[in-house]
Amino acid sequence: MRLAKNIAVSESGFLFNPSSGDSFSCNQVAADVINLLKEGKTSDQIKNAITLKYEVDTSDFERDLQDFWMQMKDNNLLNGEVIV
Amino acid sequence: MKKTVHIGVTGLNNIDSPGPGIAVIRALRESQHYDVRIIGLSYESMEPGIYMPGMADKVYQIPYPTAGTEALLQRIEYIHQEEKLDLIIPNFDAELYNFIKISDRLEQLGIATFLPTLEQLEARDKINLFQFGVKHGLDVPRDRTIHQVFEIPNVAAEFSYPIVVKGKYYEAFVCYNYEQSEKAFHKLYAKWGLPIIIQEFVKGTEVNVAALGDGQGTAISIIPMRKMYITDKGKAWAGITIEDESLNDLAKKFVAVTEWKGGFELEVMKSPDGKLYIMEVNPRFPAWIYLSAGAGQNQPEALMQMALGSTVAPMTKYKVGKLFLRYAWDLIIDVEQFQQIAAYGEL
Repeated sequence: MRLAKNIAVSESGFLFNPSSGDSFSCNQVAADVINLLKEGKTSDQIKNAITLKYEVDTSDFERDLQDFWMQMKDNNLLNGEVIV
Repeated sequence: MKKTVHIGVTGLNNIDSPGPGIAVIRALRESQHYDVRIIGLSYESMEPGIYMPGMADKVYQIPYPTAGTEALLQRIEYIHQEEKLDLIIPNFDAELYNFIKISDRLEQLGIATFLPTLEQLEARDKINLFQFGVKHGLDVPRDRTIHQVFEIPNVAAEFSYPIVVKGKYYEAFVCYNYEQSEKAFHKLYAKWGLPIIIQEFVKGTEVNVAALGDGQGTAISIIPMRKMYITDKGKAWAGITIEDESLNDLAKKFVAVTEWKGGFELEVMKSPDGKLYIMEVNPRFPAWIYLSAGAGQNQPEALMQMALGSTVAPMTKYKVGKLFLRYAWDLIIDVEQFQQIAAYGEL
Protein backbone atom coordinates (compact mmCIF):
# COMPACT_ATOMS: atom_id res chain seq x y z
CA MET A 1 0.00 0.00 0.00
CA ARG A 2 1.43 3.36 -0.99
CA LEU A 3 0.46 6.88 -1.90
CA ALA A 4 -0.60 7.21 -5.55
CA LYS A 5 1.98 8.55 -7.95
CA ASN A 6 2.76 12.26 -7.88
CA ILE A 7 0.35 13.14 -5.07
CA ALA A 8 1.56 16.46 -3.67
CA VAL A 9 1.30 16.90 0.09
CA SER A 10 1.99 20.13 1.90
CA GLU A 11 3.06 20.40 5.51
CA SER A 12 -0.35 21.81 6.35
CA GLY A 13 -2.04 18.69 5.03
CA PHE A 14 -3.22 19.99 1.67
CA LEU A 15 -3.30 17.17 -0.86
CA PHE A 16 -3.30 17.65 -4.59
CA ASN A 17 -3.75 14.91 -7.18
CA PRO A 18 -2.17 16.29 -10.37
CA SER A 19 -3.73 13.67 -12.63
CA SER A 20 -7.31 14.45 -11.65
CA GLY A 21 -6.98 18.03 -10.39
CA ASP A 22 -8.70 17.01 -7.15
CA SER A 23 -7.54 18.61 -3.92
CA PHE A 24 -8.22 17.75 -0.29
CA SER A 25 -7.40 19.18 3.07
CA CYS A 26 -6.54 17.08 6.09
CA ASN A 27 -6.26 17.76 9.76
CA GLN A 28 -2.90 17.45 11.49
CA VAL A 29 -3.25 13.81 12.41
CA ALA A 30 -4.15 12.86 8.84
CA ALA A 31 -1.26 14.96 7.57
CA ASP A 32 1.10 13.06 9.89
CA VAL A 33 -0.29 9.74 8.66
CA ILE A 34 0.19 10.71 5.04
CA ASN A 35 3.72 11.93 5.64
CA LEU A 36 4.59 8.65 7.35
CA LEU A 37 3.12 6.75 4.40
CA LYS A 38 5.21 8.87 2.06
CA GLU A 39 8.29 7.83 4.02
CA GLY A 40 7.40 4.24 3.23
CA LYS A 41 6.19 3.28 6.69
CA THR A 42 3.88 0.29 7.01
CA SER A 43 0.46 0.48 8.61
CA ASP A 44 1.83 -1.00 11.87
CA GLN A 45 4.66 1.51 11.97
CA ILE A 46 2.16 4.33 11.34
CA LYS A 47 -0.07 3.08 14.15
CA ASN A 48 2.87 2.97 16.56
CA ALA A 49 4.06 6.45 15.61
CA ILE A 50 0.65 8.08 15.90
CA THR A 51 -0.37 6.41 19.15
CA LEU A 52 2.97 7.47 20.64
CA LYS A 53 2.53 11.08 19.52
CA TYR A 54 -1.15 11.54 20.27
CA GLU A 55 -3.34 10.61 23.20
CA VAL A 56 -5.51 8.02 21.48
CA ASP A 57 -6.64 4.51 22.21
CA THR A 58 -4.98 2.02 19.85
CA SER A 59 -8.19 0.22 18.89
CA ASP A 60 -9.97 3.55 18.26
CA PHE A 61 -7.14 4.66 16.06
CA GLU A 62 -7.08 1.37 14.14
CA ARG A 63 -10.74 1.82 13.30
CA ASP A 64 -10.22 5.44 12.23
CA LEU A 65 -7.18 4.51 10.21
CA GLN A 66 -9.08 1.85 8.30
CA ASP A 67 -11.81 4.35 7.54
CA PHE A 68 -9.19 6.88 6.43
CA TRP A 69 -7.48 4.39 4.11
CA MET A 70 -10.82 3.58 2.49
CA GLN A 71 -11.50 7.29 1.90
CA MET A 72 -8.04 7.66 0.38
CA LYS A 73 -8.63 4.64 -1.84
CA ASP A 74 -12.07 5.88 -2.93
CA ASN A 75 -10.50 9.18 -3.95
CA ASN A 76 -7.74 7.48 -5.96
CA LEU A 77 -5.02 8.59 -3.56
CA LEU A 78 -3.79 5.12 -2.67
CA ASN A 79 -2.38 2.27 -4.68
CA GLY A 80 -2.27 -1.31 -3.54
CA GLU A 81 -4.34 -3.29 -1.10
CA VAL A 82 -5.51 -1.59 2.06
CA ILE A 83 -3.96 -3.34 5.06
CA VAL A 84 -4.64 -2.20 8.61
CA MET B 1 15.02 45.45 -29.63
CA LYS B 2 11.95 43.38 -30.45
CA LYS B 3 10.03 43.72 -33.69
CA THR B 4 6.46 44.98 -33.37
CA VAL B 5 3.87 42.68 -34.91
CA HIS B 6 0.43 43.99 -35.84
CA ILE B 7 -2.16 41.33 -35.09
CA GLY B 8 -5.89 41.28 -35.78
CA VAL B 9 -7.77 39.35 -33.09
CA THR B 10 -11.46 38.44 -32.99
CA GLY B 11 -13.52 37.16 -30.06
CA LEU B 12 -13.67 40.29 -27.92
CA ASN B 13 -17.01 39.31 -26.37
CA ASN B 14 -15.67 38.95 -22.83
CA ILE B 15 -19.08 38.12 -21.35
CA ASP B 16 -20.37 35.26 -19.21
CA SER B 17 -19.84 32.92 -22.14
CA PRO B 18 -16.64 34.58 -23.36
CA GLY B 19 -14.89 34.42 -26.68
CA PRO B 20 -11.17 33.62 -26.60
CA GLY B 21 -10.01 36.98 -27.92
CA ILE B 22 -9.04 38.67 -24.66
CA ALA B 23 -7.24 35.56 -23.42
CA VAL B 24 -5.34 35.38 -26.72
CA ILE B 25 -4.44 39.07 -26.47
CA ARG B 26 -3.18 38.70 -22.91
CA ALA B 27 -0.97 35.80 -23.95
CA LEU B 28 0.36 37.68 -27.00
CA ARG B 29 1.21 40.70 -24.86
CA GLU B 30 3.45 38.48 -22.74
CA SER B 31 5.48 37.43 -25.75
CA GLN B 32 9.20 37.14 -25.13
CA HIS B 33 9.96 37.40 -28.84
CA TYR B 34 7.85 40.23 -30.20
CA ASP B 35 6.13 43.43 -29.18
CA VAL B 36 2.55 43.46 -30.40
CA ARG B 37 0.07 46.04 -31.61
CA ILE B 38 -3.37 44.50 -31.25
CA ILE B 39 -6.10 45.37 -33.72
CA GLY B 40 -9.36 44.17 -32.25
CA LEU B 41 -11.92 42.89 -34.76
CA SER B 42 -15.44 43.04 -33.34
CA TYR B 43 -18.95 42.20 -34.51
CA GLU B 44 -21.03 44.05 -31.91
CA SER B 45 -20.57 47.42 -30.23
CA MET B 46 -21.13 45.96 -26.77
CA GLU B 47 -18.24 43.49 -26.82
CA PRO B 48 -16.42 44.36 -23.60
CA GLY B 49 -13.01 43.65 -25.09
CA ILE B 50 -13.41 46.74 -27.29
CA TYR B 51 -13.21 48.96 -24.23
CA MET B 52 -10.91 47.05 -21.90
CA PRO B 53 -7.79 49.08 -21.13
CA GLY B 54 -4.55 47.53 -22.25
CA MET B 55 -6.11 45.05 -24.63
CA ALA B 56 -6.80 46.29 -28.18
CA ASP B 57 -4.84 49.29 -29.42
CA LYS B 58 -7.49 49.95 -32.04
CA VAL B 59 -10.77 48.22 -32.86
CA TYR B 60 -12.63 47.80 -36.12
CA GLN B 61 -16.00 46.22 -36.69
CA ILE B 62 -16.06 43.49 -39.28
CA PRO B 63 -19.09 42.03 -41.08
CA TYR B 64 -20.87 38.98 -39.73
CA PRO B 65 -19.82 35.66 -41.27
CA THR B 66 -23.16 35.45 -43.05
CA ALA B 67 -22.19 38.48 -45.15
CA GLY B 68 -19.70 36.27 -46.95
CA THR B 69 -16.03 36.23 -47.87
CA GLU B 70 -16.01 39.22 -50.22
CA ALA B 71 -17.48 41.55 -47.61
CA LEU B 72 -14.96 40.28 -45.08
CA LEU B 73 -12.05 40.67 -47.48
CA GLN B 74 -13.03 44.21 -48.42
CA ARG B 75 -13.19 45.22 -44.79
CA ILE B 76 -9.86 43.53 -43.97
CA GLU B 77 -8.26 45.29 -46.95
CA TYR B 78 -9.40 48.63 -45.56
CA ILE B 79 -8.16 47.76 -42.06
CA HIS B 80 -4.87 46.56 -43.53
CA GLN B 81 -4.39 49.89 -45.32
CA GLU B 82 -4.76 51.66 -41.99
CA GLU B 83 -2.95 49.21 -39.73
CA LYS B 84 -0.50 47.16 -41.82
CA LEU B 85 -1.57 43.84 -40.34
CA ASP B 86 1.05 41.11 -40.09
CA LEU B 87 -1.24 38.38 -38.78
CA ILE B 88 -4.89 37.65 -38.06
CA ILE B 89 -5.99 35.18 -35.36
CA PRO B 90 -9.70 34.34 -35.70
CA ASN B 91 -11.24 32.84 -32.56
CA PHE B 92 -14.85 31.99 -33.47
CA ASP B 93 -15.96 28.71 -35.00
CA ALA B 94 -18.54 30.48 -37.13
CA GLU B 95 -15.99 32.77 -38.84
CA LEU B 96 -13.26 30.22 -39.50
CA TYR B 97 -14.69 29.03 -42.80
CA ASN B 98 -14.52 32.55 -44.24
CA PHE B 99 -11.04 33.28 -42.95
CA ILE B 100 -9.74 29.98 -44.29
CA LYS B 101 -11.33 30.72 -47.66
CA ILE B 102 -9.60 34.10 -47.92
CA SER B 103 -6.30 33.06 -46.33
CA ASP B 104 -4.49 32.86 -49.67
CA ARG B 105 -5.63 36.34 -50.59
CA LEU B 106 -4.64 37.60 -47.16
CA GLU B 107 -1.22 36.10 -47.68
CA GLN B 108 -0.91 37.99 -50.95
CA LEU B 109 -1.61 41.15 -49.00
CA GLY B 110 1.13 40.24 -46.54
CA ILE B 111 -1.21 39.11 -43.76
CA ALA B 112 -0.34 35.75 -42.26
CA THR B 113 -2.78 33.28 -40.77
CA PHE B 114 -2.15 29.92 -39.14
CA LEU B 115 -5.29 27.98 -39.81
CA PRO B 116 -6.39 24.43 -40.58
CA THR B 117 -7.54 23.53 -44.07
CA LEU B 118 -11.22 23.37 -44.92
CA GLU B 119 -10.90 19.59 -45.04
CA GLN B 120 -9.45 19.49 -41.53
CA LEU B 121 -12.16 21.85 -40.34
CA GLU B 122 -14.90 19.72 -41.80
CA ALA B 123 -13.48 16.42 -40.61
CA ARG B 124 -13.88 17.35 -36.93
CA ASP B 125 -17.22 19.10 -37.38
CA LYS B 126 -19.82 17.86 -34.89
CA ILE B 127 -21.79 16.29 -37.73
CA ASN B 128 -18.80 14.21 -38.84
CA LEU B 129 -17.11 13.60 -35.51
CA PHE B 130 -18.27 10.06 -34.89
CA GLN B 131 -17.10 8.90 -38.33
CA PHE B 132 -13.86 10.76 -37.76
CA GLY B 133 -13.37 8.82 -34.52
CA VAL B 134 -14.08 5.48 -36.19
CA LYS B 135 -11.65 6.26 -39.02
CA HIS B 136 -8.79 7.19 -36.70
CA GLY B 137 -9.37 4.85 -33.78
CA LEU B 138 -10.54 7.58 -31.41
CA ASP B 139 -13.42 7.00 -29.02
CA VAL B 140 -16.31 9.34 -29.79
CA PRO B 141 -19.85 8.95 -28.41
CA ARG B 142 -22.45 7.94 -30.96
CA ASP B 143 -24.55 10.71 -32.39
CA ARG B 144 -27.35 11.41 -34.84
CA THR B 145 -28.02 14.53 -36.86
CA ILE B 146 -31.64 15.62 -36.96
CA HIS B 147 -33.56 18.34 -38.74
CA GLN B 148 -36.99 17.98 -37.18
CA VAL B 149 -38.13 17.69 -33.61
CA PHE B 150 -40.18 14.54 -34.22
CA GLU B 151 -36.94 12.67 -34.90
CA ILE B 152 -35.98 12.92 -31.23
CA PRO B 153 -37.95 9.91 -29.88
CA ASN B 154 -36.29 7.44 -32.26
CA VAL B 155 -32.82 8.65 -31.34
CA ALA B 156 -33.68 8.65 -27.64
CA ALA B 157 -34.94 5.07 -27.95
CA GLU B 158 -31.61 4.09 -29.50
CA PHE B 159 -29.38 5.93 -27.00
CA SER B 160 -31.62 5.98 -23.91
CA TYR B 161 -32.02 9.08 -21.79
CA PRO B 162 -30.24 11.18 -20.85
CA ILE B 163 -29.15 12.44 -24.24
CA VAL B 164 -27.13 15.50 -25.18
CA VAL B 165 -28.83 17.93 -27.58
CA LYS B 166 -26.23 20.10 -29.30
CA GLY B 167 -26.27 23.13 -31.55
CA LYS B 168 -24.47 23.32 -34.85
CA TYR B 169 -21.74 25.60 -33.51
CA TYR B 170 -22.19 26.09 -29.81
CA GLU B 171 -24.15 24.99 -26.77
CA ALA B 172 -25.30 21.63 -25.54
CA PHE B 173 -28.04 20.51 -23.17
CA VAL B 174 -28.20 17.27 -21.23
CA CYS B 175 -31.84 16.21 -21.49
CA TYR B 176 -33.52 13.59 -19.34
CA ASN B 177 -36.83 13.32 -21.18
CA TYR B 178 -38.60 14.27 -24.38
CA GLU B 179 -39.94 17.57 -23.09
CA GLN B 180 -36.47 18.82 -22.18
CA SER B 181 -35.12 17.57 -25.51
CA GLU B 182 -37.85 19.33 -27.46
CA LYS B 183 -37.23 22.57 -25.62
CA ALA B 184 -33.49 22.31 -26.26
CA PHE B 185 -34.10 21.56 -29.95
CA HIS B 186 -36.16 24.71 -30.47
CA LYS B 187 -33.80 26.86 -28.47
CA LEU B 188 -30.77 25.74 -30.46
CA TYR B 189 -32.61 25.89 -33.78
CA ALA B 190 -33.65 29.48 -33.12
CA LYS B 191 -30.14 30.52 -32.19
CA TRP B 192 -27.88 28.51 -34.48
CA GLY B 193 -30.09 26.94 -37.10
CA LEU B 194 -30.04 23.36 -38.34
CA PRO B 195 -29.00 20.67 -38.05
CA ILE B 196 -29.23 19.69 -34.41
CA ILE B 197 -26.97 16.93 -33.13
CA ILE B 198 -28.12 14.36 -30.58
CA GLN B 199 -25.17 12.76 -28.84
CA GLU B 200 -25.08 9.77 -26.57
CA PHE B 201 -24.50 10.77 -22.95
CA VAL B 202 -21.25 9.53 -21.45
CA LYS B 203 -20.86 9.56 -17.70
CA GLY B 204 -17.50 10.64 -16.35
CA THR B 205 -15.19 13.52 -15.55
CA GLU B 206 -14.93 16.28 -18.10
CA VAL B 207 -11.43 17.37 -18.99
CA ASN B 208 -10.35 19.81 -21.67
CA VAL B 209 -7.13 19.99 -23.62
CA ALA B 210 -5.82 23.12 -25.33
CA ALA B 211 -3.25 22.26 -27.96
CA LEU B 212 -1.39 23.66 -30.93
CA GLY B 213 -0.53 21.76 -34.09
CA ASP B 214 2.19 22.78 -36.51
CA GLY B 215 0.39 21.63 -39.63
CA GLN B 216 2.82 18.77 -40.14
CA GLY B 217 1.61 16.28 -37.58
CA THR B 218 3.47 17.53 -34.52
CA ALA B 219 1.84 18.90 -31.39
CA ILE B 220 3.82 21.94 -30.28
CA SER B 221 1.98 22.38 -27.01
CA ILE B 222 -0.56 20.37 -25.01
CA ILE B 223 -2.17 21.70 -21.84
CA PRO B 224 -4.86 19.56 -20.15
CA MET B 225 -7.25 21.27 -17.77
CA ARG B 226 -9.96 20.09 -15.44
CA LYS B 227 -12.87 22.45 -14.77
CA MET B 228 -13.29 23.28 -11.12
CA TYR B 229 -16.33 25.49 -11.41
CA ILE B 230 -18.91 25.37 -14.16
CA THR B 231 -21.51 28.09 -14.79
CA ASP B 232 -25.16 27.40 -15.52
CA LYS B 233 -24.21 27.81 -19.19
CA GLY B 234 -21.72 24.99 -18.86
CA LYS B 235 -18.71 27.27 -19.19
CA ALA B 236 -15.58 26.84 -17.10
CA TRP B 237 -15.32 29.63 -14.58
CA ALA B 238 -12.32 28.07 -12.89
CA GLY B 239 -9.98 25.29 -13.89
CA ILE B 240 -6.68 23.69 -13.03
CA THR B 241 -3.90 22.21 -15.14
CA ILE B 242 -3.48 18.49 -14.64
CA GLU B 243 -0.96 15.86 -15.60
CA ASP B 244 -2.30 12.93 -17.55
CA GLU B 245 -0.23 11.01 -20.08
CA SER B 246 -3.32 9.50 -21.68
CA LEU B 247 -4.63 13.00 -22.50
CA ASN B 248 -1.25 14.00 -23.91
CA ASP B 249 -1.24 10.88 -26.07
CA LEU B 250 -4.77 11.59 -27.27
CA ALA B 251 -3.90 15.15 -28.30
CA LYS B 252 -0.72 13.97 -30.03
CA LYS B 253 -2.68 11.33 -31.90
CA PHE B 254 -5.27 13.88 -32.99
CA VAL B 255 -2.58 16.20 -34.35
CA ALA B 256 -0.74 13.33 -36.02
CA VAL B 257 -3.79 11.94 -37.84
CA THR B 258 -5.19 15.33 -38.89
CA GLU B 259 -1.90 17.25 -39.34
CA TRP B 260 -3.84 20.01 -37.62
CA LYS B 261 -2.56 23.53 -38.17
CA GLY B 262 -3.32 26.04 -35.43
CA GLY B 263 -4.91 26.03 -32.02
CA PHE B 264 -7.68 23.68 -30.99
CA GLU B 265 -9.45 22.34 -27.93
CA LEU B 266 -10.46 18.78 -27.19
CA GLU B 267 -13.49 18.40 -24.93
CA VAL B 268 -12.99 14.97 -23.40
CA MET B 269 -15.01 12.82 -21.05
CA LYS B 270 -12.96 10.42 -18.94
CA SER B 271 -15.20 7.53 -18.00
CA PRO B 272 -14.85 5.83 -14.59
CA ASP B 273 -12.85 3.04 -16.26
CA GLY B 274 -10.37 5.57 -17.64
CA LYS B 275 -11.55 5.55 -21.26
CA LEU B 276 -11.28 8.90 -23.03
CA TYR B 277 -14.16 10.00 -25.23
CA ILE B 278 -13.77 13.02 -27.49
CA MET B 279 -17.02 14.94 -27.10
CA GLU B 280 -16.08 17.85 -29.34
CA VAL B 281 -13.14 19.33 -31.15
CA ASN B 282 -13.17 23.13 -31.12
CA PRO B 283 -11.10 24.35 -34.07
CA ARG B 284 -9.54 27.34 -32.32
CA PHE B 285 -8.13 28.38 -28.96
CA PRO B 286 -10.51 28.06 -26.01
CA ALA B 287 -11.50 31.03 -23.87
CA TRP B 288 -9.22 29.76 -21.09
CA ILE B 289 -6.11 29.76 -23.30
CA TYR B 290 -4.36 32.37 -21.18
CA LEU B 291 -3.84 29.53 -18.71
CA SER B 292 -1.38 28.05 -21.22
CA ALA B 293 0.79 31.14 -20.77
CA GLY B 294 0.30 30.97 -17.01
CA ALA B 295 1.42 27.35 -16.98
CA GLY B 296 4.54 28.01 -19.04
CA GLN B 297 3.50 27.14 -22.62
CA ASN B 298 2.26 30.32 -24.28
CA GLN B 299 0.28 28.84 -27.17
CA PRO B 300 -0.83 32.13 -28.81
CA GLU B 301 2.78 33.31 -28.82
CA ALA B 302 3.93 30.03 -30.36
CA LEU B 303 1.22 30.31 -33.02
CA MET B 304 2.38 33.85 -33.78
CA GLN B 305 5.97 32.66 -34.16
CA MET B 306 5.04 29.84 -36.51
CA ALA B 307 2.70 32.08 -38.52
CA LEU B 308 5.56 34.51 -39.04
CA GLY B 309 7.85 31.76 -40.28
CA SER B 310 9.76 30.62 -37.21
CA THR B 311 10.16 27.02 -36.16
CA VAL B 312 8.98 26.27 -32.65
CA ALA B 313 10.16 23.12 -30.91
CA PRO B 314 7.51 21.09 -29.07
CA MET B 315 7.11 22.31 -25.51
CA THR B 316 7.12 19.54 -22.95
CA LYS B 317 7.19 21.17 -19.51
CA TYR B 318 4.38 23.06 -17.89
CA LYS B 319 3.24 23.85 -14.36
CA VAL B 320 0.72 21.33 -13.04
CA GLY B 321 -1.69 22.71 -10.49
CA LYS B 322 -1.96 26.17 -12.06
CA LEU B 323 -5.48 27.54 -11.69
CA PHE B 324 -7.40 30.05 -13.67
CA LEU B 325 -10.26 31.80 -11.90
CA ARG B 326 -12.51 34.06 -13.96
CA TYR B 327 -14.19 37.14 -12.51
CA ALA B 328 -16.70 39.82 -13.44
CA TRP B 329 -15.59 43.44 -13.57
CA ASP B 330 -17.59 46.56 -14.38
CA LEU B 331 -15.99 48.77 -17.02
CA ILE B 332 -16.95 52.45 -16.90
CA ILE B 333 -16.93 53.96 -20.37
CA ASP B 334 -18.24 57.14 -21.93
CA VAL B 335 -21.16 57.04 -24.29
CA GLU B 336 -18.97 58.86 -26.81
CA GLN B 337 -16.77 55.78 -27.08
CA PHE B 338 -19.80 53.60 -27.60
CA GLN B 339 -21.15 55.99 -30.23
CA GLN B 340 -17.80 56.00 -32.02
CA ILE B 341 -17.74 52.24 -32.56
CA ALA B 342 -21.48 51.96 -33.11
CA ALA B 343 -21.66 54.74 -35.71
CA TYR B 344 -18.27 54.52 -37.41
CA GLY B 345 -17.18 50.97 -36.76
CA GLU B 346 -13.82 52.03 -35.36
CA LEU B 347 -12.45 52.95 -31.98
